[in-house]
Amino acid sequence: MQLSGAEITIRCLEEEGVEYIFGYPGGAVLFIYDALFQQDRVKHILVRHEQAALHAADAYARATGRPGVALVTSGPGVTNAVTGIATAYMDSIPMVVISGQVPTAAIGLDAFQEVDTVGITRPCVKHNFLVKRVEDLAETMKKAFYVATTGRPGPVLVDIPKDVSQQVTEFLYPAQIEMRSYNPVVKGHPGLIRQAVQMLLEARRPMVYAGGGVVLGEASEFLTRLVRELGVPCTNTLMGLGSYPATDPQFVGMLGMHGTYEANLAMHHCDVLLAVGARFDDRVIGNTRHFFVEGRRIIHIDIDPSSISKRVRVDVPIVGDVREVLQEMQRLVAETPQRLDPVALKQWWHQIGEWRGRECMHYERSDTLIKPQFVVETLYQVTQGDAIITSDVGQHQMWAAQYYKFDKPRRWLNSGGLGTMGFGLPAAMGAQLAFPDQVVACITGEASIQMCIQELSTCKQYHLPVKIVNLNNRYLGMVRQWQQILHGNRYSESYMDALPDFVKLAESYGHVGIRIENPADVEGALREAFALKERVVFLDFMTDPTENVFPMVKAGQGLTEMLLGAEDL
Amino acid sequence: MRHILSLLLENEAGALSRVAGLFSARGYNIESLTVAPTEDPTLSRMTIVTNGSAEVMEQITKQLNKLVDVVKVFDLNEGRHLERELMLVKMRAEGGAREEIKRTADIFRGRIVDVTDQTYTIELTGPRDKLDAFLEALDPLMILETVRTGASGIGRGDWIMRV
Repeated sequence: MQLSGAEITIRCLEEEGVEYIFGYPGGAVLFIYDALFQQDRVKHILVRHEQAALHAADAYARATGRPGVALVTSGPGVTNAVTGIATAYMDSIPMVVISGQVPTAAIGLDAFQEVDTVGITRPCVKHNFLVKRVEDLAETMKKAFYVATTGRPGPVLVDIPKDVSQQVTEFLYPAQIEMRSYNPVVKGHPGLIRQAVQMLLEARRPMVYAGGGVVLGEASEFLTRLVRELGVPCTNTLMGLGSYPATDPQFVGMLGMHGTYEANLAMHHCDVLLAVGARFDDRVIGNTRHFFVEGRRIIHIDIDPSSISKRVRVDVPIVGDVREVLQEMQRLVAETPQRLDPVALKQWWHQIGEWRGRECMHYERSDTLIKPQFVVETLYQVTQGDAIITSDVGQHQMWAAQYYKFDKPRRWLNSGGLGTMGFGLPAAMGAQLAFPDQVVACITGEASIQMCIQELSTCKQYHLPVKIVNLNNRYLGMVRQWQQILHGNRYSESYMDALPDFVKLAESYGHVGIRIENPADVEGALREAFALKERVVFLDFMTDPTENVFPMVKAGQGLTEMLLGAEDL
Repeated sequence: MRHILSLLLENEAGALSRVAGLFSARGYNIESLTVAPTEDPTLSRMTIVTNGSAEVMEQITKQLNKLVDVVKVFDLNEGRHLERELMLVKMRAEGGAREEIKRTADIFRGRIVDVTDQTYTIELTGPRDKLDAFLEALDPLMILETVRTGASGIGRGDWIMRV
């Protein structure tokens, strides 16, 4: 069948089962938009800024596990998209980004809306392609989806010059693709897996540390079974929340810079550590030298060999799909009658119980000031822990991670690696489109929300009834916290002056706005908002501006060097 | 420690910049880099000379393997290997110096490949230290211009690197 490049592009999306494409039209993609117009299988969501298109597609992928797709024009369309591409790259999110390019004959001539898209995006994509001939387009699209979704997932960009989208060729979509230069490992090394199981069974102070890879690899079920079978403690990274049920007694909370006292201490003092789909980054283990003051043996499972022995040396490196490897470990555990020494394990849990006794998540309640933690706790109760929560970046993100207990994966969508303010609202749109009947709430702050606030308009257009929980403390809270603790209370440019009236702003977009100033009104406002199932509700909570996130490990310090509260300052 | 890496990569536009970009983005050193298509025109062979501790080399190799255009990576230091580099040197060569330069070039198995009344251009091939030794043997004031390709490497014996 003879089709234009533009039609081929859309047909490839159909073949891949793409439901939604998030984008913004422009000169270089006009043929592709024309092809979109003439079909009704792939639905297009028109955002108000390309960054939001990327975040929405990214969150669609995070919520569903299927690749997100975005479409932007050349030049500024691409540069606006770069933040969103880098966000997805840092968190290993499968995405295919289609960008228009100036016609092939104009490339390199500083044409109108020309940028070197492949060059600009190279460091923040898993791979990218410039399609120079329409004959190569279908195969390139197939490769893009294949590379984006296999191995360690990531964004892949396909740059299509305008003339290529106009030219016509025979359309043939390959059913399968092989690339000699790209063969991701799936099965882990059987000998190493056996060694890992033995090491775990002989541990006296075991610890399981699971990250975003468990969510991405659909391995939560296997992780949970293995941890329960062995009776060992489990912690999650910020990206891994939900991969192990947070309400389970064996869960010791999130670890890291704002992790729990018990998780960080158990991480530090364990004798055998099983790291699954996590990468020992600076926000998780802090100072590596301090981490190795205590000796422990480390088993590390990851699909990306370059994540292993990058920041820390490990004893048992297992490269493979976490789901496959955990399943195999579970099988080996089931085969042997051997279990961990019950006396040692009991002592270890006793020790963890003592650490838990510090109640590090305790905060001062107030009748007059709304505590941000209280808002998140109430949100958890009102939504019965069953909402999809997106967040922006800063204090509110940490409180959301600490006080909303995620029992299932793909319910907590946040920018962990890049830390992109502006992610929350478009992410909520992507999640709501993927799950129209699910409750979706965006926990944000008055600073972050303003970075993509224009998307309130997109929510209106597509009837996406997301709920915005704005923890409004009139500060760039996390910046202010660091300035208070590390920079002698000099609050340089961290005060958010001249804020809009968010209630009126929401109303002007056709939504409902509620301003909450008293702790007594928090629950009622949340209940009222969630009762309005068909509406976007912007809840503007005026919270205590002086509240800080605790525990806190200062940058560059060790995991045990935690500040537990204001009294430690 | 100095390492010499051999790569096979897809002969595609942008493959070189992916490799070069990786080295600069992650702060790895490149002492030299050579690349050209192989007998199979869809593949390029690249030799990179770099340096780093065992940990850094492990990361470099893993990160290179992760690039979608890279088909194979091998650290030639892991086995016996040959290393050759080509150098062209343009010398001031006048009067009595002409004979002396010719003799030195002969000792190093260099060849004079271009001549004018005042200059010689000498071609020399060998491992890096041989080229360095040749330059040291010459009067630095007489050297007008040098150009070196950087090392190309290949394993010794039966060992071959192919897809």
